[in-house]
Amino acid sequence: MALLQISEPGQSTKPHERRLAVGIDLGTTNSLVATVRSGQADTLADEQGNHLLPSVVRYTDVDVSPIVGQDAKQHAASDPLNTISSVKRFMGRAVKEIKHFGSQLPYDFVDTETKVPRIKTAAGEKSPIEVSAAILTALKQRAEQSLGDELTGVVITVPAYFDDAQRQATKDAGKLAGLNVLRLLNEPTAAAVAYGLDKSAEGIIAVYDLGGGTFDISILRLNKGVFEVMSTGGDTALGGDDFDQAIAQWIMQQAGITENISQNKIRHLLKIACDAKESLTENESVDLSVEFNDSNTWSGTINREILNSLIDPLIQKTIVTCRRALRDAQVNVEDVQTVVMVGGSTRNLRVREKLGEFFAQPPMVDIDPDKVVAIGAALQADVLVGNKPDDEMLLLDVIPLSLGLETMGNLVEKIIPRNTTIPVSRAQDFTTFKDGQTAMTVHVVQGERELVSDCRSLGQFALHDIPAMVAGAARIRVMFQVDADGLLSVTATEETTHAEASIQIKPSYGLTDTEIETMLRDSITHAKGDVEARNIREQQVEADRVIDALQIALQKDGDLLEEQEVNSIEVALLELNKVREGDDHRLIKTSIEKLNEATTEFAARRMNKSIKQALAGHQVDEFE
Amino acid sequence: MAISLTETAAGRVKEYLANRGSGEGLRLGVKTTGCSGMAYVIEFSDGADEGDEVFESQGVKIFVDAKSVVYLDGTELDYTKEGLNEGFKFKNPNEKDTCGCGESFTV
Repeated sequence: MALLQISEPGQSTKPHERRLAVGIDLGTTNSLVATVRSGQADTLADEQGNHLLPSVVRYTDVDVSPIVGQDAKQHAASDPLNTISSVKRFMGRAVKEIKHFGSQLPYDFVDTETKVPRIKTAAGEKSPIEVSAAILTALKQRAEQSLGDELTGVVITVPAYFDDAQRQATKDAGKLAGLNVLRLLNEPTAAAVAYGLDKSAEGIIAVYDLGGGTFDISILRLNKGVFEVMSTGGDTALGGDDFDQAIAQWIMQQAGITENISQNKIRHLLKIACDAKESLTENESVDLSVEFNDSNTWSGTINREILNSLIDPLIQKTIVTCRRALRDAQVNVEDVQTVVMVGGSTRNLRVREKLGEFFAQPPMVDIDPDKVVAIGAALQADVLVGNKPDDEMLLLDVIPLSLGLETMGNLVEKIIPRNTTIPVSRAQDFTTFKDGQTAMTVHVVQGERELVSDCRSLGQFALHDIPAMVAGAARIRVMFQVDADGLLSVTATEETTHAEASIQIKPSYGLTDTEIETMLRDSITHAKGDVEARNIREQQVEADRVIDALQIALQKDGDLLEEQEVNSIEVALLELNKVREGDDHRLIKTSIEKLNEATTEFAARRMNKSIKQALAGHQVDEFE
Repeated sequence: MAISLTETAAGRVKEYLANRGSGEGLRLGVKTTGCSGMAYVIEFSDGADEGDEVFESQGVKIFVDAKSVVYLDGTELDYTKEGLNEGFKFKNPNEKDTCGCGESFTV
């Protein structure tokens, strides 16, 4: 008979309608699957009791299912072309970009017409999506065997810095594995959820993720149940493996080995180094014995002090990155309420100690740092399939990059800022720039920068039939709407005639691979220059408007002015025309002010004239 | 009239209750549904409802509504592993037949 789990009161399901949900941590090196049983989240083990599944896939032949995990990993050295590891690095990337990673990649990439790269294997050409799907399929099978039925839905985690293309590729891999992907969840967010931090109202959380080969720091802000990623940072080539390297080098130094030793010996030495590192979290010191060759066996002792001196420079590197991430997020160390530790290397006591010192608080380490991301994903999946009472909070999706439109002067007006939760709808009123303007182009852009040319163009459309009016009199309402699936529609409506035009855009597909990441980084690096550029453009636009209006007025009512007055206005006008071309926005502003001053009297006389005209032929009492 | 837990089952229930952070005990019951007519209910309990019978086994309180007691009398709840799968199992002497999947039963 079926094995049952304890439900929340009133949440029991009918037989065959059990809602089975899992969370999957699809990692670069290892992957995990977790579920919630009887209210408790835990990762699921395979027959041998291993929770971690090495993210390695080996293709042997056409029509033969690939081998996934430990068995595949063992062949990484002997069959490198057919044994794919670290496929996560290729997700959502073009061949061009992958080649950019360097020549150390052993795989045969096939150049294809499409953007998706393919790897030549014994089982044919495989895309990174298919390779990821093979890993997901293995985890799915493990989960279904463990839960005794088909899965209702899954949540898969992705790095916070993954862009839309990488996320889409991950989702596609899930679909290919026959999974119902309820949602992708950011890895640091999942870690925070595992610790129940989503239950607190708000706060800033730092998630420090130090794995075997990669390091990531994410600064999150929790606000009304929504986790915003404020900044991310990291090093794709720094992790626990480097600790092992440092220890191995120390051993060689102690043993007086200077010549090159064989690959096999190095592997052996690294294993000893890794064991020593792990052992030192329990013990103060560890005795070592390494046989280099028949005549040279080295024995010695390593203690925590030595280990610390070896790894301190590496830990310091991560702390420098943390400091930069905090600066990017524009928060201080004191603002961080909680520090969450993720990744096997955070078991290292020195890492915890140094992090504790830096953040001035002990980091959270209660949950197994290898499992914490999968556990958070499982908790979220459990809520999403409906196993929890309704009041349980759902994490919401946010817009990764701001959406806006182009205004005069190549400037971007942001309508929906980045990190806004979707679905969302925002409207803003715009007006015409020129007298008698009857049409307007709405150019929709995405990005954080101030100038249109630095953002991504998503599309444009024109609104016609604006009634001819003086500049600034028309009211055009532009409405941005993003639905739950991230589909953006933009509508422009002229308020008096209700003339309307609109466009539908899917932002996810508008952006190519690394663009989101690059754009975000650029917006931070260029923030100052952007503001400067914006200020100049704004003043130039204002100058043009003033000059335009003044010339029309002079043409029409120039006779109201004495020659002397015309001269002084023209001097100010010339001056403004000149500084307008420069790049000093303050100078442009002062010149505009000067011109305004020079024309105050003119404006007053024009006003009087038009009032007189309006009143001409009327009796005063008509106006009472 | 008695409903009991095995030691393993009781250990699990205590662990899950501690993890949940609240709750008085376990609610067991049957409801009419499924392909063979009846299905087991196993839920956390935050206290007795009216008409509940309360049992205690291995230090765990078991709440059962009056109607279900008839079908569950003599039942022992166990916790077992079958391959990778694990969970609670009703050992119910009243159970005559189960459907193929074992999730529902007749008495």
